[in-house]
Amino acid sequence: MKDLVSIKDIRKEDIELVLSTAMSFRDVLKRDIKKVPALRGKTVVNLFFEPSTRTRTSFELAEKRLSTDVFNFSVPTSSVVKGESLLDTIRTIQSYGADYIVIRHSSSGVPHFIANNVSASVINAGDGINEHPTQALLDAFTMQEKKGGFKGLDVAIVGDIIHSRVARSNIQCLLMLGANVRLIGPPTLLPYHMPEGVRFFYNMDEGLKDVDVVMMLRIQSERMGKGFFPSTREYFKLWGLTSDRLRLAKPDAIVMHPGPMNRGIEIASDVADCPQSVILEQVVNGIAVRMAVLYLLGGTKENG
Amino acid sequence: MPEMAPKMTKELLNKKDIERIISRMAHEVIEKNKGTEDLCLIGIQRGGVHIAKRLSSKIRDIENVDITVGSLDISLYRDDLGMRRDQPVVRKTDIPCDITGRKIVLVDDVLFTGRSIRAALDALMDFGRPAVIQLAVLIDRGHRELPIRADYVGKNIPTSMAEKIEVQLSEESVEDRVVIVEEEI
Repeated sequence: MKDLVSIKDIRKEDIELVLSTAMSFRDVLKRDIKKVPALRGKTVVNLFFEPSTRTRTSFELAEKRLSTDVFNFSVPTSSVVKGESLLDTIRTIQSYGADYIVIRHSSSGVPHFIANNVSASVINAGDGINEHPTQALLDAFTMQEKKGGFKGLDVAIVGDIIHSRVARSNIQCLLMLGANVRLIGPPTLLPYHMPEGVRFFYNMDEGLKDVDVVMMLRIQSERMGKGFFPSTREYFKLWGLTSDRLRLAKPDAIVMHPGPMNRGIEIASDVADCPQSVILEQVVNGIAVRMAVLYLLGGTKENG
Repeated sequence: MPEMAPKMTKELLNKKDIERIISRMAHEVIEKNKGTEDLCLIGIQRGGVHIAKRLSSKIRDIENVDITVGSLDISLYRDDLGMRRDQPVVRKTDIPCDITGRKIVLVDDVLFTGRSIRAALDALMDFGRPAVIQLAVLIDRGHRELPIRADYVGKNIPTSMAEKIEVQLSEESVEDRVVIVEEEI
């Protein structure tokens, strides 16, 4: 496999290989010397057309710990603002000798387009409202570690699902691994078309009943106009995760959030910091999972 | 004559042979290091790990001491990523002690080009600065591509490049034996 553009492109076995490889990389991250020479001499370009701190930092750390040479190409300082077309930008980057292109773009489908036009391995770091595959893989890794497996696991994804590439990738990934997925949120923020087996809940209390995992999503104000819900105060009242609501889930349920989170809008501050919250572990796991993806894409001969 | 020549397999060592060899190597390790002080055995995944464990239990029989045994996966230190056809599998690395100042015996099943050992040395250096690193292998089949030699050799087996040595150990296989396989061409 050359690229990681979408969870839909990969098989269950591929996901399992990423998860088991990531386990070894997490051990590497615990050592004194947190760096291995696995991808020495490879060049990675982080091409971010959309602001990002945590995903970019996570990728950059993963790349550096695999001994690659990294450069960041961020839009405000690049020739894109001078009117260069996307394809010309990509061709220029290819000419620098990039082996990997990690791309984030506000338009869905851009990573797919680029993957078809370059020989470098393309990794989707989030495209519009479409997909964010490495986030889904790191979430799966975190769930596997905390819950032991996916068979029969009840996962509730809560909030702004219609604008969420994190949710879209996670739903695909979790269904493939055998988990049960339910979506909770106001009707205005739930998508119309979902794969078979996904259950919808418009009432937070009903939806949270006996779940193993509560995955909260950020309200993506930058992607929505007005009219999706009346006010953030009302949103918190109806859909925010409070400690009272968390008690409806299984006693050992874990709370996840892809970050950055808005305390007091989708999640109460004390829930974000409670022992059931694995939000900071997701950050560490993100580096290990991205190392695994970079390493495995560089793996075999036909990948060149 | 069949159209394709069948794979030729010949047994070189049986269970008893392997046991005697490991026993001798255990004595050699103790002799060369004048005892077992600061000694630590580290097996290279996968075959080397089993042999390291067997060596340590032999040493326990002889000297009545427990030697630290670790395992090392060298996938992340190899020089052929992207050149192999099979998908790389990264296995467990477990170095249970601080190796700085220790006497390390690196253990592998077959010594061939020496490239695995080069990778293992680099990997070990990332964990600390051992006082000395020695190398123990069950089989040395020749064809070195790097200036590397073993301190303890179970058996030297001259081979051609078309042949393959398979070390089958009861931990993962039916029974202990070492066979030479002529690859189909």
